[in-house]
Amino acid sequence: MSLEVQIEKKLADFKLEVAFRATEAPLSILGASGAGKSMLLRCIAGLERPARGRITLNDRVLFDSDRRVGIPARERRIGMLFQHYALFPHRTVAQNIAFGLHDLPRQDQAARTASLVSRTHLAGLEQRYPRELSGGEQQRTALARALAIQPEALLLDEPLSALDTHLRSQVEAQLQETFASYRRPALLVTHNMEEAYRLGEQLLVLARGRVAAFGAKEEIFRRPTTSEVARLTGCKNISRAHANSDGTMEALDWACRLRLRQAPGAAPKYIGIRAHHIDFLESPGEAASEPNVFPCWIVRTSETPFRITVFLSLDPQRAEAGEAQLQAEVFKEKWERFRDRPQPWRVRLSPESLFAMPE
Amino acid sequence: MDWSPLLISLATSLAATAVTLVAGLAAAAWRQNRAGAGAALVDGIFILPLVLPPTVVGFLLLLLFGRNGPLGKLLLQFGATVVFSWPATVIAATVVAFPLMYITARAALEQVDPHLLQAARTLGASEARIFREVALPLAWPGVLAGTILSFARALGEFGATLMLAGNIPGKTETIPIAIYFAVEANEIQRAMAWCAVDVGISIALLGGLYYWTHAQRLRRERWGQH
Repeated sequence: MSLEVQIEKKLADFKLEVAFRATEAPLSILGASGAGKSMLLRCIAGLERPARGRITLNDRVLFDSDRRVGIPARERRIGMLFQHYALFPHRTVAQNIAFGLHDLPRQDQAARTASLVSRTHLAGLEQRYPRELSGGEQQRTALARALAIQPEALLLDEPLSALDTHLRSQVEAQLQETFASYRRPALLVTHNMEEAYRLGEQLLVLARGRVAAFGAKEEIFRRPTTSEVARLTGCKNISRAHANSDGTMEALDWACRLRLRQAPGAAPKYIGIRAHHIDFLESPGEAASEPNVFPCWIVRTSETPFRITVFLSLDPQRAEAGEAQLQAEVFKEKWERFRDRPQPWRVRLSPESLFAMPE
Repeated sequence: MDWSPLLISLATSLAATAVTLVAGLAAAAWRQNRAGAGAALVDGIFILPLVLPPTVVGFLLLLLFGRNGPLGKLLLQFGATVVFSWPATVIAATVVAFPLMYITARAALEQVDPHLLQAARTLGASEARIFREVALPLAWPGVLAGTILSFARALGEFGATLMLAGNIPGKTETIPIAIYFAVEANEIQRAMAWCAVDVGISIALLGGLYYWTHAQRLRRERWGQH
């Protein structure tokens, strides 16, 4: 089971140029709004025509510009979940689910619809109209409708973005359940890096129409290969940098010299560290000999329900001027122990957490 | 009183509306997803009878269906003449009513969320089935409004009908034509009677439309159409 995509398509202000291969493991496609994510799904589903390239699903060629092949959407057997679900408002839940089963005998239609209704926990809602459903129920109906045609691949366009926060984890669980039993190529588009991480096994980062990173999600989050991928995966601290001859790196924006776990590769231009990896040393004597420990001044803080984001500078003058170069995230408990201590505090940018990026 | 103008008017309007409904829907469906100069030109031709004076439409139809007109000659080979016959009233009414049907049907179809049509495509439905089962049911209120407008327009048609079908009592004399010739012959009573009939039909039509849209609104609230 595999979906191979290699397409080019001109968009309004950049070109979508993507190549990847998806297998049974769910693949998250992460990108900012307007990065071409939805267009990519629409090309695969057959709703848009790429300018060039090739799309194959298992052993079927769905699109091939060289051989002038372009299978229409209705023959692709690809299930698509639209961002706002696109449920037929004049059809009940059961009629929506059965829409793609038109060619089956009536009995089979009813049997398959019933099985999908129970699989997606919609029992009792069969005769309701989409309008009469909650967001989560609408989403499950759309999912059941897409699965009804037993698609050879499943495409989900921002499946959680239209839902209230409290529904998301519930719907996420449903999606995970679906993926677990589906075991066919499933692509999920999102601009939310946490969703991308939780729902996908593989990750593809799309930036301005190009694949910025593709591979196992853990690796991409741990060591982003470019500053763009770092930003898209939520890294808050990225500094321009260059390598010194002794293997250390000079972080130009942060104004410090840093040691990395391993010497940086050829000509690194950026260095990064995630906000929650920045560490404050509790006691004055602790780890005095450790590398990458610097005095720091707090510029300002911002509170979320469980954490504090601390904006800081390693330079007292810039801190005085209100300029922060780094942001750290700490749990409130830890913050409470710190908050009244005299500054400067001491911050550690641990070598294990730093990563160098060539571009 | 001779009731034939009422029967002729109703028969003509119903026939013209039926033809208009089918042709208008087909044209509107064809026009969907088409853009460019060609489509705009076709648009112009479809809408032209709405802006042309009915006498001009009638005269052009006369040229087309007359003894020496291209369609007239063709029909003559099958022994049929259209001019000054009942079908001529239907043709005239159809041509002037068509633009209203076309415009409203097109607008109603354009209102349908394209994602619904795309979803139907990914679910394996043919374009014909998508039109029948998704686009048309959702566009139906607009299509029905267009149908009623077309019927009203066909019912009121005068100029083109007179040019193409003439005024043959019991054959092509519709209510508007009967009124005109009654006034001309100074039969004010007769003219007023036919006016009253026309007003009655119009009120019934509007009442039906009001009742129907109200029922429809309740149904659509359940669908949650926006």
